[in-house]
Amino acid sequence: MSTGTEVPAIGLTHMGSEDTGLGNRGPQSKSIVVPYGFWLFVLSDMVLFSALFASYASLVHATDGGPVTSQLFNRTTVLVETMALLFSSFVCGLAMIAAKRKNLWWTEAWLVVTALLGLVFLFIEVREFVGMIHIGAGPQRSAFLSAFFTLVGCHGVHVTAGLMWIGTMMAQLWAKGFQPHIGRRLLCLSIFWHALDIIWVAIFTIVYLIGTLP
Amino acid sequence: MSERDSDFMNVAPGEPHDSILSETVAYVVGLALALILTGVSFWVASTSALWGPGVAVGLVVLAIAQMGVHLVFFLHITSGPDNTNNVLALAFGVLIVFLVMIGTIWIMAHLAANMGPTPEMTNLMAQRG
Repeated sequence: MSTGTEVPAIGLTHMGSEDTGLGNRGPQSKSIVVPYGFWLFVLSDMVLFSALFASYASLVHATDGGPVTSQLFNRTTVLVETMALLFSSFVCGLAMIAAKRKNLWWTEAWLVVTALLGLVFLFIEVREFVGMIHIGAGPQRSAFLSAFFTLVGCHGVHVTAGLMWIGTMMAQLWAKGFQPHIGRRLLCLSIFWHALDIIWVAIFTIVYLIGTLP
Repeated sequence: MSERDSDFMNVAPGEPHDSILSETVAYVVGLALALILTGVSFWVASTSALWGPGVAVGLVVLAIAQMGVHLVFFLHITSGPDNTNNVLALAFGVLIVFLVMIGTIWIMAHLAANMGPTPEMTNLMAQRG
């Protein structure tokens, strides 16, 4: 950390210049800066979700005489959804380990499993939404249901985007191999996918478990 | 830390560690902890052995613990010196998230409590100036 004076002049540090004004090492490499910037995006995404959680918590009892939480939610399907997303997140980590070792086949295989588990999650969620709308508990029914579909639907949209991103990265890996910029995109993808699972933890606790307490 | 290895003073979030065994073990440990915390959450929500009013608070605590597990074992956010930037960004994010959530819930709950038209409120004659 405090290298300044005791180290004899490092001198020519960055592209031959004396001092870049960015410390004596110059800026961080892209492999640090890009994922860090994406980390900032993910955190701001969590701030967005916090607003949706806050409005859900404010409106959860505004049912307008319509169905309430304990009549709509089924813990068993939520448990299956949770497991699918948790294992998807885990397998995404395995894909990153394989990618770090530049093992194309294992990386692609783990990414396929990640995407399939994400599809299972999305399928169950869409089925739940369709079932709710079918019994007249759509987003127009009450303020509670508007907030519910906005919050959980927004997470579902993120998962959908993540699935498309996984497909894109598999194709890019296949076509371009392990180039540095492909590796950075993969790392950003894994940050995104893990963050979605973190948000789901809050959703299954606040919306589904607390919503179905006796 | 010498000048030579100061190039490696930062790591990106989500970057796995060095050896394949320790990396995989970290993910497996994280998965196991997450499974345990999820299982306990669903059990706590289903059982009648616990004091009812405390269950919701317990569930929130379990959820926060599980988020911590995900951050440490899946996103590799650590307290090491190479992670300072990532941790500071996370701390700011957590601050904003808590401000937005607790502030909204607090204000809206009081608003709801104070807006309900009780008979006393609708009887203007009985209100003191």
